[in-house]
Amino acid sequence: MNIEQFIKDTLATDFAPSFMEVLNESHQHSVPKNSETHFKIVLVSDTFEGKSKVARHQLLYKNLDAALKGGVHALAMHLYTPEEWKLANAQSPDSPQCMGGSKKEPLAAKRASV
Amino acid sequence: MDIIETIKNQLESNDIILYMKGSPQMPQCGFSARTVQALMACGERFAYVNILDNPEIRENLKTYSNWPTFPQLYIKGELIGGCDIVTELYESGELKQMVAAAVGKSA
Repeated sequence: MNIEQFIKDTLATDFAPSFMEVLNESHQHSVPKNSETHFKIVLVSDTFEGKSKVARHQLLYKNLDAALKGGVHALAMHLYTPEEWKLANAQSPDSPQCMGGSKKEPLAAKRASV
Repeated sequence: MDIIETIKNQLESNDIILYMKGSPQMPQCGFSARTVQALMACGERFAYVNILDNPEIRENLKTYSNWPTFPQLYIKGELIGGCDIVTELYESGELKQMVAAAVGKSA
C-alpha cells in the first residue's frame, strides 16, 4: 500500500472525519519525482473537541508514526472541530514553498529525521 | 552535559526559543521560514537553534516533545507548535500577545 493510502485509511478509521483532504505536495519540494515525502492534511472531526492545537497535532503524529518512519518528511496539518471548520469557511491555508534545505542533508539523515 | 539537560536548559533560560532548519537570516526550509517570519513580525528578540547543525538536539527533542518535525516554537518552556499552529496564532493576533507577555510587556 502506498503512503498516501495508508494516511487516508488511518485517518478515516481513527478520526471518523466529517471532512478529510490528504494532498501529496512532494512535487513542490526538492525530492525525486513521484515521492511521498510531503503531505498536507485537512481533517474535521469531533475527536478534536476540547483538545489544544498541540495535542491535536501530537495525536496525528502518533497515529501516523509508521508513515513518518517510512519516509514522510513533513506533514502540514490543519485540524478542526466541525464548529471551527464552519468559522474557517471550510477553507484551509496553503503550505509554504520549499527552500531546498533537504538538498544539503545526507539522505540517511533525512530519512531518520523528518 | 546530558543532551536532555542541554535542551531543558535552553528551554528554561530562553523565554522564546525556536528550533529550526537554518537561521532566521537564512532559513533552509519553507516551514521554518514562514514560522520565523511570523515570529519576527511580533517584534521581540528570540533565541534559535539551527537543528541542522545540532543533530543530537534534533533527534532528542523529537522524543522529548512528542513532536517529530521542525520547526518547534517554545514560549516559557512550553511547546507552542510548528509552522501551521504558529501561523494560525500569528494571523489571529494571539502570537503577538503571547510573545509580549513572555518578555513582560502588555500587547
